[in-house]
Amino acid sequence: MTSKFPSPHDVEKIPGTEGWERMYPYQYQFVEEDDDPERHQYEKDAFWFYDGLHYPEPIYPFDFIWDEAWFLALSQNNTRVFSLPPVNGIDHRNINGYPYIATVPVKDPEEVGARVEHFMERAGYYYENWNDLEAKWEVKMKGIIGELENLKIPGLPELEDISAVKEGTGESSGFHLLQAYDKLIDLGIQCWQYHFEFLNLGYASYVTFMDFAQNMFPDIPAQRVTQMISGIDVIMYRPDEELKKLAKLAIELGLAEQVKANKNIDTLRSVLGEANGGSKWLAAFEEARHPWFNVSTGTGWYHHDKSWNDDLTIPLGSIGDYIAKIQKGDSIDRPLAEVQKQRDEITAEYRALITTDEDRATFDQLLGTAKLVFPYVENHLFYVEHWFHSVFWNKVREVSTLLTGHGIFEDVEDVWYLKRSEVKDAIWDMVTAWATGVKPRGQKTWPREIAWRKGVMEKFKAWSPPPAIGTKPEVIQDPFAIVLWGVTNESLNSWAELAGNDDPTSIKSFTGFAGSPGKARGKARVCRTVAEVAELEDGEILVAPTTSPSWAPVFSKIGACVTDVGGVMSHAAIVCREYGMPAVVGTGHATKIIQTGQMIEVDGTTGEINIV
Amino acid sequence: MSGTEPLVVWFENCRNDMVEEVGGKCASLGELINAGIRVPPGFAITSAAYRHFMEGNKVLSQVDDILKGIAENDIASLEKASEIIRTEIEKTEFSIELEDQVAEFYRKLSINSYLPAAPVAVRSSATAEDLPDASFAGQQDTFLWVRGVDNVLARTRECISSLFTGRAIGYRMKMGFDHKDVGLCVGVQKMANSFTAGVMFTLNPSNGDRSSIVIDSNWGFGESVVSGEVTPDQFLVNKISMEVIKRTISDKEMLYTVDHVNQKSKKSKVPEERRKIQSVVDEELIELARMGKLIEQHYGRPMDIEWAIDKDMPEGGNIFILQARPETVWADKKIEPISKPGSTAMDHILKTMMTGKKL
Repeated sequence: MTSKFPSPHDVEKIPGTEGWERMYPYQYQFVEEDDDPERHQYEKDAFWFYDGLHYPEPIYPFDFIWDEAWFLALSQNNTRVFSLPPVNGIDHRNINGYPYIATVPVKDPEEVGARVEHFMERAGYYYENWNDLEAKWEVKMKGIIGELENLKIPGLPELEDISAVKEGTGESSGFHLLQAYDKLIDLGIQCWQYHFEFLNLGYASYVTFMDFAQNMFPDIPAQRVTQMISGIDVIMYRPDEELKKLAKLAIELGLAEQVKANKNIDTLRSVLGEANGGSKWLAAFEEARHPWFNVSTGTGWYHHDKSWNDDLTIPLGSIGDYIAKIQKGDSIDRPLAEVQKQRDEITAEYRALITTDEDRATFDQLLGTAKLVFPYVENHLFYVEHWFHSVFWNKVREVSTLLTGHGIFEDVEDVWYLKRSEVKDAIWDMVTAWATGVKPRGQKTWPREIAWRKGVMEKFKAWSPPPAIGTKPEVIQDPFAIVLWGVTNESLNSWAELAGNDDPTSIKSFTGFAGSPGKARGKARVCRTVAEVAELEDGEILVAPTTSPSWAPVFSKIGACVTDVGGVMSHAAIVCREYGMPAVVGTGHATKIIQTGQMIEVDGTTGEINIV
Repeated sequence: MSGTEPLVVWFENCRNDMVEEVGGKCASLGELINAGIRVPPGFAITSAAYRHFMEGNKVLSQVDDILKGIAENDIASLEKASEIIRTEIEKTEFSIELEDQVAEFYRKLSINSYLPAAPVAVRSSATAEDLPDASFAGQQDTFLWVRGVDNVLARTRECISSLFTGRAIGYRMKMGFDHKDVGLCVGVQKMANSFTAGVMFTLNPSNGDRSSIVIDSNWGFGESVVSGEVTPDQFLVNKISMEVIKRTISDKEMLYTVDHVNQKSKKSKVPEERRKIQSVVDEELIELARMGKLIEQHYGRPMDIEWAIDKDMPEGGNIFILQARPETVWADKKIEPISKPGSTAMDHILKTMMTGKKL
């Protein structure tokens, strides 16, 4: 079987990064043939695609924790818990810091048959008791987020507190620090266990509804199917709603100008402290921050994806924008009622075109299931990727602050260049040295290694990972892979085509998934970071690797949205549909082809993009 | 003259229950207009006008005399009689009143078409079209690209006289119809001076998807598309959201335009610069699809429609429906449900997962 995609073992090595493999878990390496012929063959036969949705840039050694966490969580549920008949877990590899994943089909038909019974019982139970189990999930999730927030990272005192003696604990702060670090990591892994508890079942139900609708209506655009599940209020919109509420409150209290003028929270606090109603607004602001400002400005997968709480100028800036909009007489409310009305009309029209009672019954059934799973599929993102992760990164920074204080790191942000197991080693080095009253060995070794790793990461960032490698299979059966990456023949072919073009800026038109209908023409603004997002001007077209819920306020500004990665259920597509603006998603390379300032035309109905 | 029955009626004032007065074609055109469908404008010269013409000039009474004693299968005698009757009809003047009215309607039609003398199609619209033998109705003539009120009147007389072809006379004799009972109306309709034209299906003919509308188009008259002489542009419009979801632009080598001298269409080459560009703009596609959807709703079934965009008419009022008939290929197929009776959501989820997604 020929493939347009490179073989995993033929991917170029980047000069000057030799030895990079030690920064990551060893099982993620593609192996050489003479090293392990069987594994080598398996890797050649599998189809690996770059998980750019979650990872728009290479993963830092510490941040790799989430990749391992979901590697375990998704796979265990497919294979060991719900027994998905045709497919086991999703296997992972790493090239130059970029993760590649491959679904692992169950090849023996007998085994597939044997798994059906378990699947029907187990998955069936989850669908039947979805709401109860989801309520339980929320309790569990809030529980571990509470534990995380309350987790104390103890310092290493010159002399232990007298209580160690008087209470006869027999334990030291060094031991407590090791314990706290273990707990921190465990909570992270546990959180990801819950992340995938429902997710693949949710996606399976989506895919089924999508499939059925496409069976009934071969021409139905995927976004029309998802539109039938839109307009359900989920907490993903809540952070943005809170900003709008605060904007309205500022106007109501006559504080609009002060809030607009002061993006720095300390200045604003002192300005409002003297103003009438100022304390009321500040109290509302503080209330909104917990938990709603625990929303990441990136995907949440990277330590540098700051949350609103980490940088309050971001939400304050958006509140200011909203105030200005209201003052101009524009509505800032998400047109939920309109979205719901359109959803209901479209659903009714399609339903009326179904000719048999049996199929109409199935349509209702599957639409019902898709709507049932929708809130979880969206809400988990806030709990895990945003709330938990935002708190988690800062806890790791607390650990790093200690290591920096003990001379093992030169900077708190150096911690991300170590694997989490290496951080544990460094803590051991530190606590034993602290206990002993000597200098940690790491003071000399880690800064050297980190400096080298920083160079490697820079080289990784400059490298373009191929969208897919290996051998393309006939079908993929994992619902997660189908939905999120929207891997279809079409997109992969066009990706492969674009990947073969040495000068991406010479491309004048290309396509992606039609994510949200409508056409728009405007100036492109390529945004890779939240800082670039701040430069967006009214009516510009946002071109980004992917978008996150914290970008929500920009959607009231832009004319359309284009992303590199994501399917019709990706964040950008969902939000654009809610705002009734065009989106083309999963283009593969839009951020490389389009340059800021170019006039582009986006057709969210056909997925076409033209540079004019 | 009774004076109460109108002699000339605008299409938009015609309705399905007026077949007796305005004939089947004009009645259904009126019905389409009132359903919100734009058809090329025009008027009907009514059966009352026909009767007044025939009675007022004693033509009809002469018909009986002329046909006396001729057998229904005596083709030679029938043709001879036909010749006499038709000549008589074609040289008989209309009443001043009718001429005035036709002239007035034609003048208004021309004004509304932004033309000094609008080219029209003059065609008979028989009141007996609902008779089982359709060929009877088909006997009468159609005249295209007629200009000027005198020509319209002359062609109208020719339409009337075509009721008296030898074959038509013989047919009525055989069926036992009285010649006096036959009614005839004449439709006078602006020729669509097609800039672009084509066909539209209110389902996707390639897969039967009823949520789609497929539009084929080429420059010039729709003839090139209907006859298959050209690979037309093809557009897929979502019937529900009314959006163009797929555009296939073809290399269109030829088109049909009008030959005014011979009053018919003629083939010509598409200029190089127009061959590979979209022959209908999106706004027009959406407007067409909207009309297609209305027509489908009106008839309660998927339809096969001919349309044209008229270059004489102003933008926003230049898209016309020329013909609409039921789609038969998919509509007549028996549809088997995909779902097994009593199947559960879990059954479907399992099935979908087993099938997987093709790459």
